[in-house]
Amino acid sequence: MSAFPPTRHSAVVAIRSQDPGERSRGYDAIVAAYWRPAYIHLRHRWGAAPEDARDLVQGFFADAFEKGTLERFEPGRARFRTWLRVCLDGYAGHAREAATALKRGGGWTRLALDFDGAERIAGELQAPGADPDEMFRREWARSVLEGALADLSTWAAERGHDTGFRMFLAVDVESDGGARPTYDELAQAHGLPVTTVTNHLHRMRREFRRAALERIRALTLDEQEFRDEARALLGEDPA
Amino acid sequence: MKAPDDATVARLQRILDTPDLGDGRYELGERIGEGGMGVVHVGLDRRLDREVAIKFLRPGALAASDVARLRREALLLARLEHPGIVPVHDLGELPDGGVFLVMKRVRGRGLDAVVQGGVPLGERLRLFLQLADTIAFAHAAGVLHRDLKPANVMVGTFGEVLAMDWGVARVVAGSDATTETRSATPSEGSPPGTGAGTVIGTPGWMAPEQARGDAISSGVRMDVFGLGRMLGMLLEAPGPAGAAARTPPAPLRSIARRATAEAPADRYPDVPEMAADVRRFLDGERVLAHHETPAERVRRVLAPHTIAIVLIGAYVLVRALLFAINRR
Repeated sequence: MSAFPPTRHSAVVAIRSQDPGERSRGYDAIVAAYWRPAYIHLRHRWGAAPEDARDLVQGFFADAFEKGTLERFEPGRARFRTWLRVCLDGYAGHAREAATALKRGGGWTRLALDFDGAERIAGELQAPGADPDEMFRREWARSVLEGALADLSTWAAERGHDTGFRMFLAVDVESDGGARPTYDELAQAHGLPVTTVTNHLHRMRREFRRAALERIRALTLDEQEFRDEARALLGEDPA
Repeated sequence: MKAPDDATVARLQRILDTPDLGDGRYELGERIGEGGMGVVHVGLDRRLDREVAIKFLRPGALAASDVARLRREALLLARLEHPGIVPVHDLGELPDGGVFLVMKRVRGRGLDAVVQGGVPLGERLRLFLQLADTIAFAHAAGVLHRDLKPANVMVGTFGEVLAMDWGVARVVAGSDATTETRSATPSEGSPPGTGAGTVIGTPGWMAPEQARGDAISSGVRMDVFGLGRMLGMLLEAPGPAGAAARTPPAPLRSIARRATAEAPADRYPDVPEMAADVRRFLDGERVLAHHETPAERVRRVLAPHTIAIVLIGAYVLVRALLFAINRR
């Protein structure tokens, strides 16, 4: 049985659903995964000011929902990630020409997104001339991993594995360089045998991997695209 | 939870991409190789403070048969102590029940990369003979490699030739694979999932019977075929830069041809026989696999005496000229 029941359905499939609720949930998942890559792409690729980039992101997803742009994705021709970026570029180019993107607050439901956090990341990316594809892929990976961390947190809380999760955060997430605690130190800090620390961390890493793959599955249409995207994130076939 | 920064993203991707060794004796470094079943990382043995190579199963390949296969490879390598075989240092267990293999870290290049750089024919043949001697040793120890190809052969810093990746090797009944081993039951001594009916080997390098799913009955002649393909590759490799491109000598092509015969019975019966033919060529003797023409025989017999023949010819010519001058 999966450690993350129920297994995520593909959001890319869901946005094509005739059921409005299902379609809306699909869009929510796609927005959650892609809004920050989209924002950073607009800041760097299009040179949009922060305020304009925010409006463009809001406008793009609202427009896509209304017109069904993303649903026209054809899996044989490109990955969904690439399709979304092409649509975003099309939207940004059109908005620039028509100067309609700055109609702040008009017509669509504004999403509650952490643009300040995205701006911090955008500000740290000193990559003029960087390949837009690679930058978009990197932000997509960041988004997937952040989502997987959130899933792992929920999973650990529901199963009483908070200690293991805190160890995982200390060793693999919050450590930087030499500040990473050893297993001995963790064992002493928690009053546990080192073997228990090893088991906790192993379990968390295994479940983190599973959560990341589930996230990818939710953002792809079919098995081939899932494998391609998993390779892009993991560097190997997830078989 | 705030978005992970670049350093954290890199750490998290590494978790996804690498097995969890815990906080034990070995520290995992970068990935340096991969095959169909396993991946190899450079590692640090903290206890002995030395670099090692650590082989794992791919994260997805954790079936009991895969684990058994890697465990078996470790045991098999442990019994093959030879300068041409990478020594295994340790067999470790992962918290998830998987295993990892700790081996000597070999620094070198693949055989194909080495010879593509332009190597004289004599040196290429010496590389081949080192490999053949290693495979003959394995056969004498009762082990068939079954996946000989350039990617599985490394040339070390000091010119040593190492046969790598014994993941699909087979232990035959008894202790000597050079004797006919047909009495072995089909899956006896085979790694899990590599028994009769399973295609073992690499397309383009495997023997015809292997491609048909019979990676057992031809015994050592299966590896003779692999060595024949390797010899063919070595013969076609370019010579040193600046040297004129030459067709490989016919006797060597005959050796490769016999080793890669379609029917196992038409091949050399074992690796030492094949190696002996290559040595005969290097020593200027007749190659048994080759039917010499009279002209080839004369050339071969005279070849070691080329300098003496030239000197004698020059002497005779000068004497003839002097004789002719004196007659006038």
